[in-house]
Amino acid sequence: MSVAPAQVTPQHRKFQRVCDIIDQHDRNPGKLVPILQAVQEEYRYLPEDVLTYVATSLGISPARVYGVATFYAHFALEPKGKHTVRLCDGTACHVKHSIPILEALRARLGLSEKQNTTADMLFTVETVSCLGACGLAPVVVVDEQVHGQMTPEKAVEVIEQIMASEESK
Amino acid sequence: MSARERAPHQTVDLEAMARAYEAAAGRYPRRVVVCAGTGCVANGAHAVIQAFVEQIAAAGLNVTTEVRAEAHDADLRLSKSGCQGFCQQGPLVTIEPEGILYTRVKPEDVAQIVQETLIGGKVVERLLYAEPVTGQRCHGTADIPFYTRQRRTVLRACGALDPEDILEYISRGGYAAARRAYTELSPQAVCEEVTFAGLRGRGGGGFPTGRKWDLTRKQPGPKKYVICNGDEGDPGAFMDRSVMEGHPHSVIEGMMIAARAIGADEGVVYVRAEYPLAVRRIRKAVADAEQMGLLGDGLFGTEHSFREEVMEGAGAFVCGEETALIASIEGKRGMPMPKPPFPAQSGLFGKPTVINNVETLAMVPLILTEGAVAFRSVGTENSPGTKTFALTGHVANTGLIEVPFGTSLREVVHHIGGGVTDDAGHPTSQGFKAVQIGGPSGGCLTEDHLDLPLDFDSLRSVGAMVGSGGLVVMNKQTCMVSVARFFMRFTQTESCGKCVLCREGTKQMLALLDDITEGRATLETLDLLEKVAKAVQKGSLCGLGKTAPNPVLSTLRYFRAEYEAHVVQKRCPAGQCKALRVPSIDAALCKGCTLCARKCPVGAISGQKKEAHWIDPDKCTRCGVCAQSCKFGAVTGV
Repeated sequence: MSVAPAQVTPQHRKFQRVCDIIDQHDRNPGKLVPILQAVQEEYRYLPEDVLTYVATSLGISPARVYGVATFYAHFALEPKGKHTVRLCDGTACHVKHSIPILEALRARLGLSEKQNTTADMLFTVETVSCLGACGLAPVVVVDEQVHGQMTPEKAVEVIEQIMASEESK
Repeated sequence: MSARERAPHQTVDLEAMARAYEAAAGRYPRRVVVCAGTGCVANGAHAVIQAFVEQIAAAGLNVTTEVRAEAHDADLRLSKSGCQGFCQQGPLVTIEPEGILYTRVKPEDVAQIVQETLIGGKVVERLLYAEPVTGQRCHGTADIPFYTRQRRTVLRACGALDPEDILEYISRGGYAAARRAYTELSPQAVCEEVTFAGLRGRGGGGFPTGRKWDLTRKQPGPKKYVICNGDEGDPGAFMDRSVMEGHPHSVIEGMMIAARAIGADEGVVYVRAEYPLAVRRIRKAVADAEQMGLLGDGLFGTEHSFREEVMEGAGAFVCGEETALIASIEGKRGMPMPKPPFPAQSGLFGKPTVINNVETLAMVPLILTEGAVAFRSVGTENSPGTKTFALTGHVANTGLIEVPFGTSLREVVHHIGGGVTDDAGHPTSQGFKAVQIGGPSGGCLTEDHLDLPLDFDSLRSVGAMVGSGGLVVMNKQTCMVSVARFFMRFTQTESCGKCVLCREGTKQMLALLDDITEGRATLETLDLLEKVAKAVQKGSLCGLGKTAPNPVLSTLRYFRAEYEAHVVQKRCPAGQCKALRVPSIDAALCKGCTLCARKCPVGAISGQKKEAHWIDPDKCTRCGVCAQSCKFGAVTGV
């Protein structure tokens, strides 16, 4: 389908990308999980209108898509911050005192259990149940970078370095 | 590659590939292997690799990172391996052919390694592992007790091979077992051999793998599936991650053999999304195997086909349960289904399906190449073979180990693990309190169980289970009630909500544990907790709910006194439960500097200058500011 340039709105482009993703998965409702993963990769979260769009395109009910999107921990229905800080709270990290690290990170960024993204959308702090790097417990993963044998002080230092580099941009 | 492009009778010549590889690799016997498992990468292995590339070039040597068929000029080979297990000592660098193992290598050490070892042929003593008690330096895996006391089969390959090089796997006899299954054995014979070997599922339950296959084989219908369960959600376990990252082709080959046994032509590897490296390596391995014609149509010149797909999980612990995992692959919420029908009868898309754990599948090629008798010769009568365990927590050598079933806990913790450590990480001889085995489904083992053989049946008899194999060692500073609470919070969050008793019961149990750790409980709370626990066990459909109460029941059984101290004396013996701590200032250590009194936000500290201070426990909020500000370590209990 060709669209005259004047008609290409941001909204239009948004759904074009979703369309591509759905086509890549053969419009197969059985591929709902990988489709949502790809959509989230694109938008960093799952916007509500996109979920409805996915449901309509796959010929399934929005309730089923919403059900899957809310069931799995990886899917976020709200936008995440630019940098994701994931604190591992698996058994090994827990017995090596991961919670004080979480408390220190939240205190530094003014976050709480209820609010895990900073107002400036720079950081999201989450806990994960295990990253499988138990030999290095306690572990903090900032974006894709794994930091092992952390302490509250070291974790805050990592965050402050990112803050400094963001400010200098 | 499709059957049309490649004639079905034309088969892959594994031996010729292996010979070509050996001949090419033989040109550079000198090899530097840097461990690139998740642990070592987090410790900076990539920077070490980069440093090697630079330093080797600076020294005027030629380095290659791949084995190429055509002759080219290289003095040595630099490669990455999967997890070598000794995560605590990473990044690990092995120098072949001498087998020298350097530990905790930093980029700045590399220049010395290049000059002294690679050029000078001498060992850099300071980078060798030092035995903590004697201080003696060990040269490599052949004399480090952590390795010599293990029996590494699957894991040995993990640490030695380049996981991204399919030819190296083939050169070590890879895919020969799959070829034997397709060209020499009938599906029934494959099932019989695996049954005779006594292989039991490594994912937790310990169900005989051969029997599972045979049940699926007997189901009618042309369409069947094989699923590899790599959804290792158990916190504190990472052996499946390491096998997928370090030895991905063994998993693929195991799936091919399973497919032959049951008559499947499609397979799915379901990998936890928290393991990006494992996802990448498995994807590459599947693509390489397809390109070689090892996966696809006309396998080994037969009319059989087998294809594999890799799917990432989306973060739900319950998907480790097989029916929930199937629902997840079908694009639904990962909720378990009642059994029967078992997946063997009606699994993925309603077709007969075999689901095996990663480690189980990785063992299968070994059974077919070395024989069921050899496999049975290790381990115990009812639990043959070896098992990998993720050894973590308060232990000197954290990492990944593999031992025969039946090895005692003492051997694992004190000899391989190098003993218990205190909170500061220093070895302590009197520190052992418990081992938590099997994660949120498992239980605790105490000092009395140190000589218990680790196998499926012995562990079940004491209320624990092998589970996926997470072994978390805990020292005396660990509060067992908070450990139980930790697992309960985990299972409560991960309960899918289908069964009322699991959904509501875990919530209530968590609330009761909160009461205990926050000083609101009585002795009746303990009875109620036990009652709810037993109800949850009985009233849940799947393994998650059935086993969720295990950590609580097992800590209640072995550490009841600790629970009682929490509820009767309102005291946490380990001093971990914040709400029960009694804040105090050690008069002998306090210098009367008044810093804590000035810092205290609620004015709970009083005292005269240069005299010992004290804390009013009623005013104190346990915020900990005083303890942080005290330069003399006089404040305790906050």
